[in-house]
Amino acid sequence: MLYNEPSPLEVKIVTKRFGLPNSASLDTYLATEGFKAFRKAMEMSPEQIIEEVKVSALRGRGGAGFPAGLKWSFVPRTSPKPKYVIINADESEPGTCKDRLLMENDPHQLLEGILIAGRAIGAHKGYIYIRGEYRYLIEVMDRAIAEAYSRGYLGKNIQGTGFDFDIYTHSGAGAYECGEETALLDSIEGKRGIPRMKPPFPAVVGAWQSPTLINNVETLSSVPAIIRDGGAAFAALGPPKNGGTRMICLSGHINKPGVYELPVGFNLLRMIYEVGGGMRNGKKLKAVVPGGSSCPLLKAEECDISMDFDSLAKVKSMLGSGGTVILDEDTCMVRFALRIMKFYAHESCGWCIPCREGTTWLKKMLQRINDGGGQKSDISLLGELSNNMLGRTFCALGDAAAMPTISIVEKWPEDFEAHMNGRSCPYAHAAEPVLA
Amino acid sequence: MSDLINLTIDGKPVQAAPGTLVINAAKQVGIEIPSFCYYDGLPSVAACRMCLVDVEKTPKLQVACTLPVAEGMVVRTETPTVREARKGTIEFLLTNHPLDCPVCDKGGECELQDMTFRYGAGESRFVEQKLHVDEQQWSPVVFFDAPRCILCYRCVRVCDDGMGVNALGVINRGAHAEIAPNHFDHLECDECGMCIDICPVGALTSGMYRYKTRPWEMHHVGTICTHCSNGCKTTLGIRNNEIIRGNNRDHSGINGEFLCIKGRYAFDFVHSPERLQSPLLRKNGSLEPVSWAEALTAVAAKFKEVRARNGKFAVIGSNHTTNEENYYLQKFAREALGTANIDHHHTGDVATLLDAVSGKTGALATTADLYHRKAILVVSSDLSQQHPFLSFQIRANVRHHEAHVYTVTPGPVREQKQAVRSIITVPGQELADVESLRDQLKTEPELVIVFGDAIKGDAVHQLVAFGDSLGIPVKYVCLVDYSNSRGAADMGLSPQLGPGYRPVGATGLAYDEILAAADLDVLWVVGANPLKRASLAATGAFVVVNEMFLTETAQRADVVFPAASAYEKNGTVTNVCGEVQRLKAGLQVMGTKPDLEIVGLIAKEMGINIGIWSSDKVFDEIRAGVHGYNIPLPIVATGGAAQTTPVNGHVPPGSRPDLIQSSRDTLFTSGSLGRYSKTLSSVLEAPGALYSGIRP
Repeated sequence: MLYNEPSPLEVKIVTKRFGLPNSASLDTYLATEGFKAFRKAMEMSPEQIIEEVKVSALRGRGGAGFPAGLKWSFVPRTSPKPKYVIINADESEPGTCKDRLLMENDPHQLLEGILIAGRAIGAHKGYIYIRGEYRYLIEVMDRAIAEAYSRGYLGKNIQGTGFDFDIYTHSGAGAYECGEETALLDSIEGKRGIPRMKPPFPAVVGAWQSPTLINNVETLSSVPAIIRDGGAAFAALGPPKNGGTRMICLSGHINKPGVYELPVGFNLLRMIYEVGGGMRNGKKLKAVVPGGSSCPLLKAEECDISMDFDSLAKVKSMLGSGGTVILDEDTCMVRFALRIMKFYAHESCGWCIPCREGTTWLKKMLQRINDGGGQKSDISLLGELSNNMLGRTFCALGDAAAMPTISIVEKWPEDFEAHMNGRSCPYAHAAEPVLA
Repeated sequence: MSDLINLTIDGKPVQAAPGTLVINAAKQVGIEIPSFCYYDGLPSVAACRMCLVDVEKTPKLQVACTLPVAEGMVVRTETPTVREARKGTIEFLLTNHPLDCPVCDKGGECELQDMTFRYGAGESRFVEQKLHVDEQQWSPVVFFDAPRCILCYRCVRVCDDGMGVNALGVINRGAHAEIAPNHFDHLECDECGMCIDICPVGALTSGMYRYKTRPWEMHHVGTICTHCSNGCKTTLGIRNNEIIRGNNRDHSGINGEFLCIKGRYAFDFVHSPERLQSPLLRKNGSLEPVSWAEALTAVAAKFKEVRARNGKFAVIGSNHTTNEENYYLQKFAREALGTANIDHHHTGDVATLLDAVSGKTGALATTADLYHRKAILVVSSDLSQQHPFLSFQIRANVRHHEAHVYTVTPGPVREQKQAVRSIITVPGQELADVESLRDQLKTEPELVIVFGDAIKGDAVHQLVAFGDSLGIPVKYVCLVDYSNSRGAADMGLSPQLGPGYRPVGATGLAYDEILAAADLDVLWVVGANPLKRASLAATGAFVVVNEMFLTETAQRADVVFPAASAYEKNGTVTNVCGEVQRLKAGLQVMGTKPDLEIVGLIAKEMGINIGIWSSDKVFDEIRAGVHGYNIPLPIVATGGAAQTTPVNGHVPPGSRPDLIQSSRDTLFTSGSLGRYSKTLSSVLEAPGALYSGIRP
């Protein structure tokens, strides 16, 4: 089902079947150009497929934005070991809720993307790692997989092409850390989900010590369109090196929150006021989390910006995983920082010292400030501790906790000062900040 | 050496082999990069982030414990950023650390203390509440205090990789993550205590040592463990004539960091309340405490009387006494008592192996060979139970050098997990099963064959012939049970072979024959307990026993001399691989004397001169006269291990293979001695129950 009305400004590529009757069924999929790309891919060489993906300028939709074609090309296809395609459906970034819609409304598009990726890297097995909280989606995917098997779109000799491929779902158990691709690999192997040392990268030594391609759901769901309509057409949708569309999960203090498919590089202010229907109750914009809780926040005056990987990098933020959270003038940034840090302290896997101890310390300190027990020196200490985590942790989780905190302390010191010396929160009348 | 990589660390040029980690390359030029989780020989985990260094042309600080050297790399370990990062890491570490250093066992030898002292901040900025978890007892030996833990995972890795036991893991997440034992609230493991010694802080502490002392109140004596034959060095921490702990913190000795439960904790028999501290003399049917003078007089008088009437003596020696004591005892028996009836409990057929490899050079493996040689064949021994250090060496060899391990054993053994091929054999079938490995073994560049007591007599010759036929260099280890089993054989505690396996004129009675001889006049048992399993046929014999405890044999004695333990005397012992190492007296237990002195005093009382009974003098005599023992004195004197050379010549047959029998001790037993160790008797695991997951 869909949770919001589509916007006329959307460019429907990966969501084009959303809203069709029985959009999750194979019949609907086949009737709407389904598996056309797969047939085409079977006539292409693996190198041609990878080249097409490179041309499309598709960048990873999980958050890091790594060029997908390049990642595919890293998998040593000549390795005698089996190769695996692993789909990261551990969508856990606060503010992000797109992969669930893609799996729920168009599971076969994902399956087709997996098959094409498998063909490109020489894999014959795929595992969809779905976060444990998405239990119903495991059933959706299992149904779609069963349907594909029964109609010859999975299994041996798919559609007479001689290509074999099996897909399995695998349930996560509720750890944010398992969305980190190497922790995901440990988890899928039945171990405690902690990140692995890199190098070697998963492309070379991944699941079960074998070459492994790990892609996000949205990334692979974009692949059928790229192969079907050509990489160039996909690339043309966005600015240079930022091909295609993004599923933007607009949430927070706006009138029409929802998930919208917009071209990469869509202006953020237009996103808020035209797609999102403007600020709720006519309030003023205060801050934006551009792409999930790990991203440094933008001040209102920074929001006239193209939502692409490179533009956001220029203002020291990130496009991330498309979880765009809009905050209005009534938002207490101390409470918001606390809310984020509670999440990271809870989700830190505990492997390395700076992340494990840093997130917990910051959480306790933010709680104390929020409760009115802050001291002036705490403000600089927040920044220092965050900087002591930044770049020094084993994986990116520590950075993800540090970056938004640093930006909040830097950009809204007045909110912290207002809490000092036992004073109560100036935003106490406002509702709890929203974060999906 | 053109394949060395050139780099610069803190301005110093460094050359290192490819693959060397920056943290180790720095050590080469005397630069210490601090770390908690990095541990030589264990896989890097990069968890503590303490070893961050600045590497030119990289944007972020790099982890020196996982970063291999690269040509032209420029590393800086003392930049303001690096110092700041270390300070930050220490500060993070101390947030939830209880800082209970004044009562912590580790206080004074704690890496977290040292690091904080060198790299940490002077004051704490953490004013929030600390997390607390109550301490847990995981076994009689292992206690865990989670708040002190810094999660460096050394314990987990040493248990997994070092010991092959996999008893420790991590539970919970984030700041609540903690180390957990394998069976819910307790450990079922080797109880080796490796996790405790490797712990850089006071999180894992031992039941023996905790809250007993401050480390600086002890003095430390490095000596050799008196239990199994592996000859591990253990450093005794002694305070007020009491052993408080055993460990090998300085990693010296052949065993490096390794010790099992016996070396680390089973010194406690020394302070057993059952320890004999006064000579006992049988008066009116019961053993009464008497003075040393009275006991010595009684024994000397009896010996002289029996000697004068050409009566029948027999002497049973020990697997635990020093080389000097064994040598001196057989000399006393042969010269002063004029008897060839001398033997000890043989636990492996060393004599036949020495005969079989006679004339070959390099045919006897050292403990180090088990770590360095490319292939190991284990025949009929459960090394992890009976020879834990040898087992540790083999595991490390596989881990570090990808050695090939083959096992031919009557039951499942831990080595199987790493073996390229394992055969479960039945008694008598061992050599046939070894033969079936021929084609595979031939492809190995070299081999060490380790064999237990199932291979004895002719079978040893056949095994060596098999080794010869492989066409590759083969070394051998003949397994024996106890700390100086090898030395007892070498020193001639045998009825037919004198010191250095030299044939002696007349062959005397062997061990079982001594016990079965109804016409014995005198039986002298030094540090052995033969009457535990057999009865003495000579009911009228005068029995003298040197013992630490009132064992079954001592109870039968007419005179009991309270003997000093290995930890209370100087001397040398020879381990299973023929490596001679030095015992250093750590303490004295009131009323006891070393066996060497007891033998000497009896000789003196009898008016016989067989030489001065100082261990140094006797060792000189051994080096001069016993074949194979002409070893470099400085090595032994400075606490090293020197391997004896093989006998170059035929060792006459006559050893009694039928009498060779291992005691099949486990990790938690140690002959009669083990009964008096509270630790060994307090651990509850059934040894061998650890092999889940190994398919027989």
